[in-house]
Amino acid sequence: MIAALPTYRVERGTTASRIGTILGVVLLALLIALPFLTGRATLRLAIEIFAYLTLAQMWNLLAGYAGLVSVGQQAFVGFGGYMLFALVLFLGLNPLLALPVAGVLTAAVAVPTAFVVFRLRGAYFAIGTWVVAEVYRLSFAQVSALGGGSGMSLPAAAVRGIAADAQLRESIIYWVALAVALLALATVYLLLRSRWGLALTAIRDSEPAAESVGVDNDRTKLVVYLVVAAVTGVTGALIFLQKLRIAPDAAFSVNDWTAFVIFMTVIGGIGRIEGPIVGTLVFFVLRALFADYGAWYLMLLGLVAVAVMLVAPKGLWGYVADRFALQLFPVQRRVRLLEEPRA
Amino acid sequence: MNLLNAVVQGILLGGLYALVAAGLSLIFGVMRLVNIAHGDLIVLAGYVALVAVWATGLHPLLTLIVVVPIMAVLGYALQRGVLNRTLGADILPPLLVTFGLSVIIQNGLLQTFTADSQKLQAGAIETVSLALPGGLAVGVLPLAMFVVAVLIIAGLQLVFYRTELGRAFRATSDDPSTARLMGIDNAHMFALAMALALAVCAVAGVFLAIRSIFDPAIGPARLLFAFEAVIIGGLGSLWGTLAGGIILGVAQGIGAEINPGWQLLMGHLVFLAVLVLRPQGLFPKGSLA
Repeated sequence: MIAALPTYRVERGTTASRIGTILGVVLLALLIALPFLTGRATLRLAIEIFAYLTLAQMWNLLAGYAGLVSVGQQAFVGFGGYMLFALVLFLGLNPLLALPVAGVLTAAVAVPTAFVVFRLRGAYFAIGTWVVAEVYRLSFAQVSALGGGSGMSLPAAAVRGIAADAQLRESIIYWVALAVALLALATVYLLLRSRWGLALTAIRDSEPAAESVGVDNDRTKLVVYLVVAAVTGVTGALIFLQKLRIAPDAAFSVNDWTAFVIFMTVIGGIGRIEGPIVGTLVFFVLRALFADYGAWYLMLLGLVAVAVMLVAPKGLWGYVADRFALQLFPVQRRVRLLEEPRA
Repeated sequence: MNLLNAVVQGILLGGLYALVAAGLSLIFGVMRLVNIAHGDLIVLAGYVALVAVWATGLHPLLTLIVVVPIMAVLGYALQRGVLNRTLGADILPPLLVTFGLSVIIQNGLLQTFTADSQKLQAGAIETVSLALPGGLAVGVLPLAMFVVAVLIIAGLQLVFYRTELGRAFRATSDDPSTARLMGIDNAHMFALAMALALAVCAVAGVFLAIRSIFDPAIGPARLLFAFEAVIIGGLGSLWGTLAGGIILGVAQGIGAEINPGWQLLMGHLVFLAVLVLRPQGLFPKGSLA
């Protein structure tokens, strides 16, 4: 006798994700219109938020899914930034055009970087990436054509190439930052929904088990590492396009481009798409409230991150999501029984 | 001749790197914990010594009498109170918690002592040197520190392989659940290992603070040197770590001789070269007694 299979349906969307989609569309319309609604100060803050959102999303993909806990993402932020300046300076490229090229170049330099750091596992990988970032910093400090240790500014003529009017220029950079953040979000979302995403989730949950069902762990990790490097490089280029100035210590700062990003992801919830978003917002709220306290503020940030890791290792969003079964970005597959199987 | 001098100075400095690295290696060996705050704890030891000098007027080397126990107690408390809760199959919690700890220590020191560079003044002994054949001169103090560093590493080796404590460390490291069955209190063992590691770090921290200036932000650099010494030497071998520290020190010395900007870069490049050509390190476990 053949046991009757239960009728079932594989679902991905949830009620929350459908409501979230509608709210998301409204929010997106608002964000696109923002330059017409506010002044330059708000735009500058928004650009910074989008840049951090992208960095956090990328670090989450790397550490939360591929198990590659990098403490050296500043290598790609700084490299992308320097590539923007080099492309503008030496090839006369328009800065906006230089952004994607900087991303491609960063992915290219990530190949030999991966060759070296992938020899290390786990926590050693983390510190290894940090050493590589230091090598980048010290090397760029030796390049006198790029200002050496004291850095350089973007030529005014090139800046005017984006737009002659400062307000319009800021607006354009804002839209690009928004587009990059959305692109990063879409990349992570689509990647996780694809077969790569299944492989990544399997790797996240258990590396030997993933390998045993035919996932090529090393290849999957390498692909993720290169994608993350490219997007991080573009973001770095964008950050320093807004700053108009670059120097080795600022470009390859472990605190600015990795520590903060890690704290955001951990506080929000690592290993979920919503985590970095929540974490970035919490980070900027904390900053707005306490940044005047200088070092105390940074200590507080460290304390919050340590406390979250110890008390709620899934982060704020993880806590909320588990309690209320919320998922704004449906990347899981759920099997729903439509009918009880007949005995 | 300058090059030979750079090599000798590099060897002496490398001994201190090895001492820092021995602490890192000990913690990893016993509980698979990579402590990102390791370098910051070493800098903290330097500041504790500084406060001791201000408060009592003691010679910096004599402050070791207080700095070593303070750091050991801190290590025990840190491990039992915080870090033990992060241990497990997942490497992320210990990494992130010690990363947070690193930021907390750095900014706490910054808030308390400002960003100004500090140095422990050891007085007249700092300028005494031995003349070696060939016109070389070796500072007595750096030489003494190097000898102490080597003795401490030898002592750690003895503790690890010749004592009951060492046996318990190794048992916990090899198989924590069986060790617990045999009556070993793992939480206590891990805390003792951290206490021992930070006691060693305290010595390294005070020595480094006498040798060169330090500030609250210098911890990560110390961590990276220690890490590189461990990897160059090969995991699981304290003598390998000593060799790794010396190789790193010599590489930096030669780099500085070529161009001051190349000092740190040369050390990192030698590390990367070892990683690419011989990822198991130069003297992995078992190759040295």
